[in-house]
Amino acid sequence: MAEEKFVENPDHPITLTDSDIKKAIATYPFIVVDCWAEWCGPCKMLGPILENLAKKHAGEIVFAKLDVDANPETAREYGIRSIPNLIVFKNGQKVGDIVGALPETKLLERIKALKG
Amino acid sequence: MYDAIIIGGGPGGLTAGIYAARANMKTLLIRSTFKASLITTTDIIENYPGFPEGIGGFELVERFREQALRFGVTIMDDDISSVVKTSVGGKEGWQVNTSLTQYKGLSLIIATGTEYAHLGVPGEVEFTGRGVSYCATCDGPFYRDGKLVVVGGGDTAVQEALFLTRFARSVTIVHRRDTLRAAGVLKDKAFSNEKISFEFSSVVEEIIGDSAVRSIRLKGVREEGKKKTLDVDGVFIFTGNIPNTKAFQGVTTMDAKGYIIVDPHMKTSAPGIFACGDCTAKLLRQVVTACGDGATAAFAAYEYVSKLKGTSYEGLKRV
Repeated sequence: MAEEKFVENPDHPITLTDSDIKKAIATYPFIVVDCWAEWCGPCKMLGPILENLAKKHAGEIVFAKLDVDANPETAREYGIRSIPNLIVFKNGQKVGDIVGALPETKLLERIKALKG
Repeated sequence: MYDAIIIGGGPGGLTAGIYAARANMKTLLIRSTFKASLITTTDIIENYPGFPEGIGGFELVERFREQALRFGVTIMDDDISSVVKTSVGGKEGWQVNTSLTQYKGLSLIIATGTEYAHLGVPGEVEFTGRGVSYCATCDGPFYRDGKLVVVGGGDTAVQEALFLTRFARSVTIVHRRDTLRAAGVLKDKAFSNEKISFEFSSVVEEIIGDSAVRSIRLKGVREEGKKKTLDVDGVFIFTGNIPNTKAFQGVTTMDAKGYIIVDPHMKTSAPGIFACGDCTAKLLRQVVTACGDGATAAFAAYEYVSKLKGTSYEGLKRV
């Protein structure tokens, strides 16, 4: 099951957990992980924006989401203190994070700047 | 072309939407894609009538939204940049420019609310997301057993401090006055909560940390030399609000703080533009008052549009 999850050029955010986030970071050269939780209102605003971006930029940027409530290890490892929080990984390394909800165009700008 | 364009997706805007749509106005509601209505970040609202057990802010706004949709309001997620006068089908109207497109309407209802003010002290921007927060429901659970500071002494500050005691080991309320401004019932809860302590007549001078916040430095309001450093894991800032009204500068009259001035019918200084809720100059900014304003604004907009179209009840009687 876990193997099928990491398809080539996904057009929707992949759901990650503590146990497979490392594999996702190793698999995709550029991945944006949305750390969210059910109790966070602004996170719910970001959800549809990321679905949209994942569709529009399939093959270019991989989007993923991780529920910090169910996956506390990742939140601890990356020192997450505020959500929504997008962690951006390039070639297996964290290159930055984007905290708080932003409009789609601004968000894409920030992501592209990190992509280089 | 719309009869009414509502800008803002909080309680004021959505109530205006319900009333406008039920008056058979073709109604568009534009909701920001990144500025959530502040009430959606409140864990529990205990003073909105009809919910004796209280209701979550996000859930309440969702219910408003469902109700607005049920009566035919079109809701768009987009961010507005400006409004300009225009002609709509030969009649005076307004054009709303957004990041994606533009919309035209005979009337506008501004319900853009407020956002939280920043302290403007060193460390605040650097540590946002790494110990500095403006949303207790978003970030509180990351501070299990932590030492927290809440800055502010109004309803929001005290309510959020109480919420944070569910997770934190201790919460210190830092307030510039010598007592809390919050409502009596909240004040009583705060004073009797063992986890909450107070630093009155104090302001934050600096937020200090390395990879995350480690401490804050306070100074006395009256005696500037009276300094104190507190070791903390997180700082939650609720010192006040700023109206989201920049896009309307030069279009409607505002007070010195940028709140839109309205008459008792929610009319602004610009013909055809109405405003309601927290973005207006008013005494009490609550969900229940925003809803009241929203209903009035929609009714006033309906009267305005009917007169403009020549279909007002008074006009018809004379024919």
